[in-house]
Amino acid sequence: MAELLRVATAGSVDDGKSTLIGRLLFDTKSLFTDQLAAVERTSRERGDGYVDLALLTDGLRAEREQGITIDVAYRYFATPRRSFILADTPGHVQYTRNMVTGASTADLALLLVDARKGIVEQTRRHAFLASLLRVPHLVLCVNKMDLVDFDREVFEKIKEDFRRFAAKLEIVDVTTIPVSALTGDNVVSRSPSTPWYDGSSLLHHLEELHIASDRNLIDVRFPVQWVVRPRSEELQDYRGYAGQVAGGVIKPGDDVIVLPSGLTSRVAGIDTYDGPVDEAFPPMSVTVRLEDDLDVSRGDMIARPNNQPTVGQDLHLMVSWMVDAPLRRRARVGIKHTTRSVRAMVTDVSYRVDIDTLHRDEAVDSLGLNDIGRIALRTTSPLCYDPYRRNRNTGSVLLIDEMSGTTLGAGMIL
Amino acid sequence: MPTVVRVCTDRDHWFWRRVAGVGHWENWALGELVNVGETVGGAVGSAILDGYIGETRGFRVPVTGYELTHLQMLEAEAVHIFREVAAEFERPALLFSGGKDSIVMLRVAEKAFWPAKLPFPLLHIDTGHNFDEVLAFRDRRATELGARLVVGSVQAAIDGGELTEDTRPGASRNQLQTPVLLDSITDNRFDAVFGGARRDEEKARAKERVYSFRDEFGQWDPKNQRPELWSLYNGRHRPGEHIRVFPLSNWTELDIWRYIAQECLEIPSIYYAHSREIFERDGMLLAVTPLTQPRVGEVVVPRQVRYRTVGDITCTGAVESTAATVDEVIAEVAATRITERGATRADDRVSEAAMEDRKREGYF
Repeated sequence: MAELLRVATAGSVDDGKSTLIGRLLFDTKSLFTDQLAAVERTSRERGDGYVDLALLTDGLRAEREQGITIDVAYRYFATPRRSFILADTPGHVQYTRNMVTGASTADLALLLVDARKGIVEQTRRHAFLASLLRVPHLVLCVNKMDLVDFDREVFEKIKEDFRRFAAKLEIVDVTTIPVSALTGDNVVSRSPSTPWYDGSSLLHHLEELHIASDRNLIDVRFPVQWVVRPRSEELQDYRGYAGQVAGGVIKPGDDVIVLPSGLTSRVAGIDTYDGPVDEAFPPMSVTVRLEDDLDVSRGDMIARPNNQPTVGQDLHLMVSWMVDAPLRRRARVGIKHTTRSVRAMVTDVSYRVDIDTLHRDEAVDSLGLNDIGRIALRTTSPLCYDPYRRNRNTGSVLLIDEMSGTTLGAGMIL
Repeated sequence: MPTVVRVCTDRDHWFWRRVAGVGHWENWALGELVNVGETVGGAVGSAILDGYIGETRGFRVPVTGYELTHLQMLEAEAVHIFREVAAEFERPALLFSGGKDSIVMLRVAEKAFWPAKLPFPLLHIDTGHNFDEVLAFRDRRATELGARLVVGSVQAAIDGGELTEDTRPGASRNQLQTPVLLDSITDNRFDAVFGGARRDEEKARAKERVYSFRDEFGQWDPKNQRPELWSLYNGRHRPGEHIRVFPLSNWTELDIWRYIAQECLEIPSIYYAHSREIFERDGMLLAVTPLTQPRVGEVVVPRQVRYRTVGDITCTGAVESTAATVDEVIAEVAATRITERGATRADDRVSEAAMEDRKREGYF
């Protein structure tokens, strides 16, 4: 059965994003006739000159009334080869917060540029956020190729401009595809209008992209989520540690260390409802049994003695700030990291990144809504972490308001 | 990496895995070894391992090259969500209606805590207008799992004078479920309630978080939702507030059916094609029952139908279908061009924002 690819896309109606998504949904038969009829009816009633596919998921009353997208919308489609989850984020205010949210789980970021306009500020912002969140793959669709007569020169120039800009970012894999969402060129199948283009169509690329090696299969990281103790007669002595593998490949017989306590043991077995397994790897949810009866509880991290995460209380983070109230030095926040919750104090606001120029503004002493910047924290008790660039699961944190419970921001450990 | 084969019969499952080397399978539960191609099984069903699986339903889940199928990935995500909620909330409950989504959700919950029992009770809001088959199924499943079943009864609330029923023609008890649900949550002091809703079902749902916060009145505020990043779920809440949790948010209708097939899940018979006395109203096919009677001019005819969703009898329509097995349903769902709620739910037809309005008030 097909595997799953998570795609994040962002942008405004102008660049043809809705048209492109609509075409992907329509051509993969993921758009239903009653949905399409409802969208056509609403577009007509509102007096739109075209069928606005954003209405497919702009389901909230306020969104329909104001004709805007408020939130990340999730769309689902599948081909015989793969299933896709598309996190589609609006391109206006609160845009950074939404894009960061969508990109946090994405395997691939889909960016659109208008062939007539080339790389614009918005493209650079999208690319920066995709690189900040370390989305492993990026596709740049040069759209509206039909309006530039499928001119190869135009395409090559945009591709080169983007390449030069992306060199400043940490983007590993970039693919550039000339498309016309309106006419369908290179969206589902290769277009005869671009004989000079020797790459795949967009859908074909999404279907064939190799994502299995994007996960960290080297560093064993198993955050203990829940202790399984059946307390029944037959299973009186059963004690298993349930969790989702955050990195590496765990096998029965492996020597392991439990952090932060530092106690060591060996993996006795890896259980699932469907039977024991010989190996567990991300993102499997399993239950690990150890040979020794140790004191292990939620929030602990199981790793290998010769490959341990950093255990510490002083963290340096890149944060995306998501609320109006500014983040300042000395702020007290709640932290959620893997399955561990602690409190922390902000010890430094180092700089704010101008996401249009990538310039670091070191004169600031606070971060506002939708700002990205670097901060330092000291936590009340140790976290077992890796740099975000090494592992997205053990390198990410939530910053939480202790009073209201609100999520304040997202942090990526440096 | 062993290939795990599950052979399902009407009564039991066996688990098999390939033993190191080639040519043998081991039943890890019973410690039996069989050769490739050998027939296994007993009186209920039989199967041939490796390749062909006959007579009974069976499937293979190859786990090779450190890759998971998309259903395995969705399941791993849902298991993670169940465990997070169980760990961070005091009193969760799982909404179990006996419908297909809640059946799938219940299986995933079983997997999350296995070999221990579910660490929370099941909750059902009974409108008093449910299909008998579905209620019988609900009770049996709860008994099998040794789970506590809490039932909130709309009928009892009406009889006790707490609710007034709208008795106009065409009215349903759908709206009445919300106060009963909220009362059940308050009375039992539940702080997290698992629901089987999916984002592909309906456009208001498409915007809902996995952890969906409700204030002390059970209300949902769609414009003020917490961002959800990575797989880090923020479950902070104040006393009196609760969350609805949707572990199957990222599943589609087709995923649900494929999972039912993969797990050999039993579902109420009305999901499969059967013959019923049917009449048409507002483009929906309604069954003739004591609660739904044809009006003058509505013609009753016997038809082969099945249900795509199972809710209150008075507002759930059937679809014409000949799909009598899981595989036939999967083929039908894969080919259909109408959404499941579009085809069968009168409750969503009130207005474009019918679901959002109900959800704001505290609906499922």
